[in-house]
Amino acid sequence: MGPLSRTGESGKEQRDEGRTTRNAGGPRAGMAPRFFCGLMGPQGATQSLDAAGIDRAMVRIAHEIHEKNPGRLADLVLIGIPKRGDTLARRIAAVLARDHAVVAPVGVLDITMYRDDIGSRASLPKPSDLPGSIDGKTIVLVDDVLYTGRSVRAAMDALIDFGRPKAIQLAVLVDRGHRELPIRADYVGKNIPTAPGANVKVELKEDDGAEQVLVEEGNG
Amino acid sequence: MTTVDSLSAKDLLGIEPLSRDEIQLILDTARTLSDVAKHPIKKVPALRGRTMVNLFYEASTRTRTSFELAAVRLSADVVNINVQASSVVKGETLLDTARTLEAMTVDFIVMRHGSSGAPHMLARNLKASVINAGDGQHEHPTQALLDLYTVREKLGSIEGKTITLIGDIQHSRVARSDLIAFTKMGAKVRFCGPPTLLSADFGALGAEVHHDLKSALTGADVVYVLRLQFERHRMGLMPSVKAYTQQYAITSERVKWAKPGALVMHPGPMNRGVEIAPEVADGPTSVIVDQVANGIAVRMAVLYLLEAGRTKRAAAGGVS
Repeated sequence: MGPLSRTGESGKEQRDEGRTTRNAGGPRAGMAPRFFCGLMGPQGATQSLDAAGIDRAMVRIAHEIHEKNPGRLADLVLIGIPKRGDTLARRIAAVLARDHAVVAPVGVLDITMYRDDIGSRASLPKPSDLPGSIDGKTIVLVDDVLYTGRSVRAAMDALIDFGRPKAIQLAVLVDRGHRELPIRADYVGKNIPTAPGANVKVELKEDDGAEQVLVEEGNG
Repeated sequence: MTTVDSLSAKDLLGIEPLSRDEIQLILDTARTLSDVAKHPIKKVPALRGRTMVNLFYEASTRTRTSFELAAVRLSADVVNINVQASSVVKGETLLDTARTLEAMTVDFIVMRHGSSGAPHMLARNLKASVINAGDGQHEHPTQALLDLYTVREKLGSIEGKTITLIGDIQHSRVARSDLIAFTKMGAKVRFCGPPTLLSADFGALGAEVHHDLKSALTGADVVYVLRLQFERHRMGLMPSVKAYTQQYAITSERVKWAKPGALVMHPGPMNRGVEIAPEVADGPTSVIVDQVANGIAVRMAVLYLLEAGRTKRAAAGGVS
């Protein structure tokens, strides 16, 4: 499969196959190697962020959003790309409320019908749920992993069909590199350099039970 | 939760070949796609660059328009072939017409034809996806799907419900498709009409056959009124329209024989005052207008899922 093909269940970019890089684990991540049973059978997987690391990333992103948007905090809207992006958006909103007294509405944006790869993966549309009009709002798109940039491209197209935001910013938990489009994130929880075929697996307790980011070696 | 994520067949020719999971998938997808009509921009780019042809050999405004809107909301391009003005009147065969369209690289052919099986013949010979929009007295699958969708939206579920279809069952492809669809989804289907318009053979297909309206309506959750198809009748199937109306027309008095709050449905176009009284058609439990709106969402789902299936097969075929 080429870099454009997709697998997985949530309408996101492919993150499987290939090999992880040596420095995939961060300084505070638990480095104990463990085995993960994926679809391709047991493969090496390295924990790159643990629960505390993900939590710190959320706090820092919320702080940076607060810092970067003076005077626009009243018009801030967080919009997550399912399925883990909306979970992360809710967490960032909670931190903004707790630490910065900023109440930012949270929405969910389904991008299935805006993708450029219908049918090459499980891609059933799910409902979008935006908190009112987005005209004139400063939108922070939230996704778990930034890879080729195609999901973000689709999300921007989808958003613009809903209205005319003042600005769109991008927050991701992990930036793993290998962009295929001129897209960059404004807020990054952690940069994880990876091989093109490696699989970055984000697990959040709301969606997956576990809470961690794993980098799985591909079989390439 | 469904276990399939696209339609396995190239075409949608009837309800018969669909699995229960596939029907569920279409209804769930339609549910999500119905939101598109509420967006400020009422279209999504999913089928950009695809072409759909409406090939209608029989009169239809509602179904053709519904397919056209469904395609447009998915950003596909639509061509309508007006058969009266086409080469068909010059004697071109159906297959030649279709091959000509395919040579123009058409992706979907939506076809209505007076002969049962015409879309099947087309489907066997073409790479394009053929969608049956009504073939003779055989099937009209997207009508049955939108009927399922409407009942599910209004009553919460289909399983265990009783659907009574009244009228000209014999000539109705809607009745056949609805019978298969509702039975597949676990509902009970009753047919009601005069013996000349409803043969006892339908019992073998799983329908409860009634000639008495009151017994057919007792306990029904849905009162589904079919159009009296004057254009298909040879003389002699009914003593008179007046006699039919006296015995089988759904009036505000008779609709009370069904369960309180029973839905009133009709595939359109209605002969008001013939098979259905205007006050019933416009009454509080009538969902006839909802059926029209739901038809667009269901047809969007069918187009999208056929395309998803096609891309998936192409990807599977392309990788050795």
